Amino acid sequence: MRLLSEEQTMIRDMAAGFLEEKAPVDALRKQRDNDGGYDRALTGEMAEMGWFGMLLEEEAGGVDMGAEAAGLVAEEMGRRLSASPFLSSGVMSAVTLRATGRTDWAAKVAEGSAVVAMAIDERVKHRPDAIATTAAKSGNGFVLNGAKRFVTDGAGADRVIVTAITEDGLGLFLVDPQLDGAETRDLKTVDSRNAADLRFDNVQLDGAALLALGDAAQEALDGALRVGRSVASAELVGVSKEMADRTSAYLKERKQFGMALSSFQALQHRAADLYTQIQTTDAVVAAALQAIDTGHDDAELLSRVAKAKAGKTASLAVREALQMHGGIGMTDALDIGLFMKKARACAEYLGDGECHGDWLLRQRGL
Amino acid sequence: MTDLQEFRAAIRAWLEENCPEEMRQPMSEADVCWGGRNWEFHSDAQRIWLERMAARGWTVPTWPKDCGGAGLSGDQDRILKEEMTRISARPPLQSFGIWMLGPALLAFGTEAQKQHYLPQIARGEVRWCQGYSEPGAGSDLASLQTKGVDCGDHFEVSGQKIWTSYADKADWIFCLVRTEPEAPKHKGISFLLFDMTSEGVTTKPIQLISGSSPFCETFFDNVKVPKAQIVGERGTGWTIAKYLLTHEREMIGATDSALFGSDDLVEVAREALGVDEQERLDDPILRGRIADFLIDEIAFDAELARAKSWIRAGQQLGAESATLKYTGTELNKRRQELIMAAGGLAALEWDFANAAGDEKASLWLRSKGNSIEGGTSEVMLSILSKAVLELG
Ligand SMILES: Cc1cc2nc3c(=O)[nH]c(=O)nc-3n(C[C@H](O)[C@H](O)[C@H](O)COP(=O)(O)OP(=O)(O)OC[C@H]3O[C@@H](n4cnc5c(N)ncnc54)[C@H](O)[C@@H]3O)c2cc1C
Ligand SMILES: Cc1cc2nc3c(=O)[nH]c(=O)nc-3n(C[C@H](O)[C@H](O)[C@H](O)COP(=O)(O)OP(=O)(O)OC[C@H]3O[C@@H](n4cnc5c(N)ncnc54)[C@H](O)[C@@H]3O)c2cc1C
Repeated sequence: MRLLSEEQTMIRDMAAGFLEEKAPVDALRKQRDNDGGYDRALTGEMAEMGWFGMLLEEEAGGVDMGAEAAGLVAEEMGRRLSASPFLSSGVMSAVTLRATGRTDWAAKVAEGSAVVAMAIDERVKHRPDAIATTAAKSGNGFVLNGAKRFVTDGAGADRVIVTAITEDGLGLFLVDPQLDGAETRDLKTVDSRNAADLRFDNVQLDGAALLALGDAAQEALDGALRVGRSVASAELVGVSKEMADRTSAYLKERKQFGMALSSFQALQHRAADLYTQIQTTDAVVAAALQAIDTGHDDAELLSRVAKAKAGKTASLAVREALQMHGGIGMTDALDIGLFMKKARACAEYLGDGECHGDWLLRQRGL
Repeated sequence: MTDLQEFRAAIRAWLEENCPEEMRQPMSEADVCWGGRNWEFHSDAQRIWLERMAARGWTVPTWPKDCGGAGLSGDQDRILKEEMTRISARPPLQSFGIWMLGPALLAFGTEAQKQHYLPQIARGEVRWCQGYSEPGAGSDLASLQTKGVDCGDHFEVSGQKIWTSYADKADWIFCLVRTEPEAPKHKGISFLLFDMTSEGVTTKPIQLISGSSPFCETFFDNVKVPKAQIVGERGTGWTIAKYLLTHEREMIGATDSALFGSDDLVEVAREALGVDEQERLDDPILRGRIADFLIDEIAFDAELARAKSWIRAGQQLGAESATLKYTGTELNKRRQELIMAAGGLAALEWDFANAAGDEKASLWLRSKGNSIEGGTSEVMLSILSKAVLELG
């Protein structure tokens, strides 16, 4: 029940068609089994379609289509578990680079020639405000010390945007992970996606590495998180819808007790309840993306509610899908497990219901 | 200025001038203006506000002008609502006529019926009640047995309805009656309108667990209903009934806390339980449940807003009204449970015999009916699984 403009319908259909061919669930499965990193050629093709420049201005080689458009692409990626640094590089890093005026690297992101990841978490739960990493002034540049965990698409990234505490408060730095003293440890994760832990041991940064300091840095980071959460939520909506669709189809096809599973009301009602949860989630995610594009005051609140709700709903969707498929749902050959793993990781990444629920209550003075 | 900006400016100025100060206060269920022949206005302000709004057609802004409305477009309607919300203006009139019968008559009534009944609804002159449920026909509404016998120029209606909200206060009833006893169950029903003062109509209030008695048993003993008072053709009442139900469900799902006069959950919790040194609610587990609820509530607000823009774009909600009904009412039950939990012992002080509608316990108890009235949650899920998911 969403009103899409003609242009939006086109973006969605193009994304669906392209991903179906180039980045379906099987591609992720292969990547897992072959231990592969991300596919640079695929990133290049997506960039050619403008996906990595959706949130960038034309001077940086972007197409400036906005968060809603990025959400449409992300939802289709969620439906197919497409593995791509779209969210980390094309969305969050792009927004940060734009906000801090770094057209040089923004342009590389837009054309897909570089992948830039966001190194913002240090704890096991998403706490972008809890930063122990420091950047001390040294001559023209800075010396970086600290560690970042679970940097999505951090393995093999050309640059990482690192949050660190400086004399002037928060600092955002564009760091080359190949510099002396920087160490990248690739991680194997439950969702078979690219992630890495990073350590910085007296890494010397030159002045150009500094993206922003103080309030400007906070504003840029908040902006990136806001868009990142909303687009990640759209990806979770894609996961949820795909699981619901596959489950309904399976219920109609599978027979037990001499009839289709879809004739059992105990299952019908659970499928219908899931449908209503997805509708609500879809609405708040769309509202968050729209609020970002229109610069509405509610954008921060909506992006957090969207992320919390989308995580909850995707969790429900994959659990219901597995249960209603019975024994076969437990097999690796069926894709449900892959969706379940994605839902878990994506719900955790950029904050879960507890994280954003806590923020919400603090806002309301509770 | 664009046309819409001019429209907004004109509305703002008019409301400023015409909305009485007393009508710009938060309201509870007790403050609702239902209208009707026997309506006693609570204040001059309530009467003046209704008269002024009705004169402009703004009690039913999107209805055509000759039906008592103002013929506003979707955008204009939205602007009017926004401007009313801006100054906390109360709705001047609420009624089953506005929510349910009106939309059904606009879709299925004859020109003469529209011209006759709709302006009365718009001006708050006639109050309607809904005669659907019977003792033997609840969720399985189409099995209703109240019969209408063809007597030439009129039907003679006999039988019993139940759970008829405000039947004792209403002036007229829209009523489902079996007029074709030989036809299959969905094809034998007609949609009749008649005056509650007709000979043979009696009502008996039923008390609810929340203390109030808003609904009744309603008995019909050979009530004469002129044939002109049928909506649609004989035997097509089920189609009209279902159409009306989609509007009822949309309304129940969308009813904001204003109509139910609900307290703000966050305020209740803060006042009753206090906060710790870190300004967090001094009950971490309840705090978590409230956070979880608020996330769902804010998400649902976005869904409602989307449904409204969908309607304004000229689309019918159809089966989606079941989604709103289910989600909205289940949420309201959770809200009221949490308000009671936050209120703790203090929320237990309540006098069944003298309960006011806006007390916490009254609202908590009343909310349990939300997932029953207008079709139960289970019926909503069945509708969705058939109409949308095509399971069966
Ligand atoms: C880890 C694991 C180990 C197993 N080990 C063994 C083993 O050692 N030996 C062995 O023989 N089997 C084993 N099984 C099989 C297991 O017993 C079956 O998977 C189980 O009985 C369900 O049957 P199914 O998978 O065919 O699902 P289905 O019967 O197809 O059910 C699919 C879904 O429909 C629901 N459903 C079915 N009928 C109805 C109904 N009438 N009303 C409402 N809902 C309904 C089910 O609850 C389920 O959610 C194992 C399964 C698993 C997951
Ligand atoms: C506050 C309130 C106001 C009301 N106002 C009006 C009014 O103004 N006019 C009017 O006509 N009616 C009114 N009603 C009646 C209302 O529409 C009915 O109560 C409702 O449709 C349910 O019917 P029932 O009470 O007979 O329950 P039943 O139909 O007997 O249902 C009992 C339980 O069984 C479940 N159930 C029934 N069938 C199925 C099924 N096929 N599958 C799964 N579960 C099922 C139901 O969901 C419910 O939980 C009102 C009710 C309430 C509570």
